[in-house]
Amino acid sequence: MITDIVIVVAAALFIGVYVSWRAGRIDRLHARVDMAQAALDVTLLRRGAVALELATSGLLDPATSLLLAEAVHGTRGGDRPRDLAESDLTRALRAAFSQPGFRSSLTGKEGADELLAEVEAAAHQVFLARKFYNDMVAVTRDARRRPLARVLRLSGKAKAPEFFEMDDSLIGENTTTSLGR
Amino acid sequence: MKIGIVCPYSWDVPGGVQQHIRDLAEALIDEGHEVSVISPADDDTPLPPYVVGAGRAVPVPYNGSVARLSFGFLSASRVRRWVKDGGFDVLHVHEPGIPSLSLLACWVADGPIVATVHTAIPRSRVLLVTFPVLRTGLEKINGRIAVSEAARTTLVEHIGGDAVVIPNGVATRRYRKAEPLPGWPGTGGAIGFLGRLDEPRKGLSVLLKAFEILAPQRPGLRLLVAGPSSDASEILDKVPAELRDRIALLGQVTEEDKVRVLHSVDVFCSPNTGGESFGIVTAEAMAAGLPVVASDIDAFRQLLRGGQAGELFAVGDAADLARAAGRLLDNRARRAELSAAALAAVAQYDWSVVARDVFSVYETVVLGSTQVKVAAANGEFP
Repeated sequence: MITDIVIVVAAALFIGVYVSWRAGRIDRLHARVDMAQAALDVTLLRRGAVALELATSGLLDPATSLLLAEAVHGTRGGDRPRDLAESDLTRALRAAFSQPGFRSSLTGKEGADELLAEVEAAAHQVFLARKFYNDMVAVTRDARRRPLARVLRLSGKAKAPEFFEMDDSLIGENTTTSLGR
Repeated sequence: MKIGIVCPYSWDVPGGVQQHIRDLAEALIDEGHEVSVISPADDDTPLPPYVVGAGRAVPVPYNGSVARLSFGFLSASRVRRWVKDGGFDVLHVHEPGIPSLSLLACWVADGPIVATVHTAIPRSRVLLVTFPVLRTGLEKINGRIAVSEAARTTLVEHIGGDAVVIPNGVATRRYRKAEPLPGWPGTGGAIGFLGRLDEPRKGLSVLLKAFEILAPQRPGLRLLVAGPSSDASEILDKVPAELRDRIALLGQVTEEDKVRVLHSVDVFCSPNTGGESFGIVTAEAMAAGLPVVASDIDAFRQLLRGGQAGELFAVGDAADLARAAGRLLDNRARRAELSAAALAAVAQYDWSVVARDVFSVYETVVLGSTQVKVAAANGEFP
């Protein structure tokens, strides 16, 4: 009798601890998604800032400058959804960087090498940050989808995080540029 | 005069700016001027003798869609070489506010430069004032032309300085003759319409109602409708079933077929309820020598000389349209009279006239100036 009660209490305790651990895990995952999103946000903003700096540097011809600046402008709140606007910026950068002789036309100009390297680095960080963010989103969405999590609503009011899809292959994949990393 | 014209958009893609440049260049050549046009173009595109290809345009995202533009150092050096070899008295750039050849031309050249602005580019203001790079190019422009009052306003507000308004011309001789479509116009009479079918302001529904009034008394009367629409069958649903086979919907037609459509009807109808600033399609119909029935909006009243060069009817009034069109359909002599009047009226919008207006802008900017040269400060690239 006593042992039965002990077993039931122990089982209830165990289940309680387990469920709360699962809920805690989902909560932590959401927090990590938020962090990854903040990081992605920073890298996108940084990329835009450096691209605008390149556009206004006077190093490029005015048409390429205007093209880049328009693309950056588009990422700063417009009617275009963010993923599309950011992809546009990627394509504008790719179009600029993949011009034949682009790099050699700039060598020797003051600050050109540093600025190009900075744009490349910023673009690469976007690529990484987005990858990490989407990984986090995948894990979180998976955790939310488990039967126990669904039945007991372990994710509470938190919305399911969304993947962020965009064209960020400035470097390499679609073009044979000198930008290969 | 030696004139260099810069086209920002790919020559092989149909577009309003390209057509404008082609018609302007040909009108100037007819006047005896030496004209060279530089334009982005695919290498295998056949080009008219006066066009120089500046290489393939690159598709890039621009203003939320994909545009085919020429930019970068290679394009700049091609324009530079063209300016250097051309020995132009004046350089005429089109749409210098978009990132393509025209902007590059302003950058690499020095001397008399005329710019034509075709469209309003609202966002450019931010950029134009921000960039020293752009400003140096745009400040070299001596004469500004806007193709419409709206374009002029944008120019004045965003770039500063004033502009003369010189509207698009009509290449009237291109519309003068064409083979009618097989079986048209027929003996029972035919009315023509050109324009977007599902754009309410183009007024097709007014014409369809008028056709319902006209058709029962004229068993041979047909309607020829050409223009794009998202759903053509929906348009016909509004018409009584027994009339449907007397309405031919052609969908979107090529520039060439458009002229044939105009020569396939007896009367052209412009039932627009508004939104027209000039009425280019109506002017083209007049250039084809068609008697026109048009709604009494400002643009058409001006084009038709208050009704002397075509019939005007009360805007949106199908019964009035039916009366006006009926009068024309039943009276061959009146049609011939209006046809002659339309040809005479549209002549003042012909490119030869418009090109002379443009040319007087050239004459003004070359006064006291030297030839167009390569700029010393910019454009030195391998």
